[in-house]
Amino acid sequence: MGLLSKKDAALITDPLADNNPITIQVLGICSALAITAQLKASIVMAISVLFVMGVGNVVISAIRNIIPSKIRIIVQLTVVAALVIIVDQVLKAFAYELSKELSVFVGLIITNCIIMGRFEAFALGNGLWRSFLDGIGNALGYGIILIIVGFFRELLGSGTLLGIPVLGDPIAKTGLYSIGYENNGFMLLSPMALIVVGIIIWVQRSRNKALIED
Amino acid sequence: MSNKTDSNIYTVLFAIGMVIVVGALLAFTASSLKERITENKRLEKQQNILYAMGVNENSENSASFVSTDKAPELFKEYIKQQLVITNGNDIKEDDNAYLIDVKKEQDKAKKGGVRQLPLFVGVKDGKSYYIAPIRGKGLWDAIWAYVAMDENMVIQGAYFDHKGETPGLGANIKERFFMDDFIGEHLMTSGEFKGVTVSKSNADPTNKDKTDHEVDAIAGATITGDGVAAMIKKDLALYVPFFKSLN
Repeated sequence: MGLLSKKDAALITDPLADNNPITIQVLGICSALAITAQLKASIVMAISVLFVMGVGNVVISAIRNIIPSKIRIIVQLTVVAALVIIVDQVLKAFAYELSKELSVFVGLIITNCIIMGRFEAFALGNGLWRSFLDGIGNALGYGIILIIVGFFRELLGSGTLLGIPVLGDPIAKTGLYSIGYENNGFMLLSPMALIVVGIIIWVQRSRNKALIED
Repeated sequence: MSNKTDSNIYTVLFAIGMVIVVGALLAFTASSLKERITENKRLEKQQNILYAMGVNENSENSASFVSTDKAPELFKEYIKQQLVITNGNDIKEDDNAYLIDVKKEQDKAKKGGVRQLPLFVGVKDGKSYYIAPIRGKGLWDAIWAYVAMDENMVIQGAYFDHKGETPGLGANIKERFFMDDFIGEHLMTSGEFKGVTVSKSNADPTNKDKTDHEVDAIAGATITGDGVAAMIKKDLALYVPFFKSLN
């Protein structure tokens, strides 16, 4: 990587695996459970968080030396909320369809603890460029887990991917359904998201023993 | 952190400054975009009404509206009459009835006022459609719909939408597989309004029985589904006197 120094590149790659915000830091679980019943919703959420994390981390990093430490959490919250609302308004004016798609995510982004967590843990103590990379890296790490969970929940729960039936028609009994396969409705409910995240954590920790805490 | 930023005066001043800056920024964005947003919402209403009566660009599985630049023209072409019904049977014509805010009218009725019920009469291929806007509560926030019916209150098409239902679960009420189930369902049984229930025990997966007053529920979206059924029961029932006067 010519563009990034080794240390900077680690900011992007670490959250993807060994310092993943969901499976290792256990942040952003609520939204990971809420919106992963469909692959499309997972992807939309991943992109939204990518944007807010990237910009938010830079803003916080830029004003890190003038934020009064006593009210820093409030300042962080205000920055995220303002950012998200401005984006929402602009989308409503210029890309109405897309903004309808995002409606519920707006609220979920503001309350996503990954964002606050990274502001607090990283952007408050690091420069603009490194904060930007950290934001992007963590958002990608979050997005990957979301997409993996969304993939399995939609495939096993509805037999579709991105809304396109891939296993045949469950009512006309074609494709896989003709040999007795059934969709698992339980996959659509939040507990299964937790179980899928749990399985990912299990796989990850059994491959890298250093991640196991006592 | 330097000591300067720890003082109380600084903290208070910073908070005030931040509120002013952020407030101004949001106010500026909101007011400069307001016109476009209102226009988008107006066009969306026209698109929704047209969608319910079957004027849309649906492909095999996905629901899609007529494009925004064509919507006003098509709206004029297909919607022959816009009615406002008050007190059950008092009917007025109003070319801007589609701009009536159903939520405000519901609030009015709650406070003891007279609710205006908008109804749009569309004609397509020689057939009349009566389209009513309705509104209710889902799991998290508001849900609403445009339901197109014929003279006998048999549903001809429906468009559902929501403000903040869970993506992948309750949000699926605006998917074709749910909305299309309503087509052909009867709202009345021998002169009595029964509505359509979103049922978990429908036992009619291909939805062949159109007089059972039931459509299949969505797994994981019980409360949203119940909200849909309640909204149909409550709001569409108000139109019964009008339809009775038709026959």
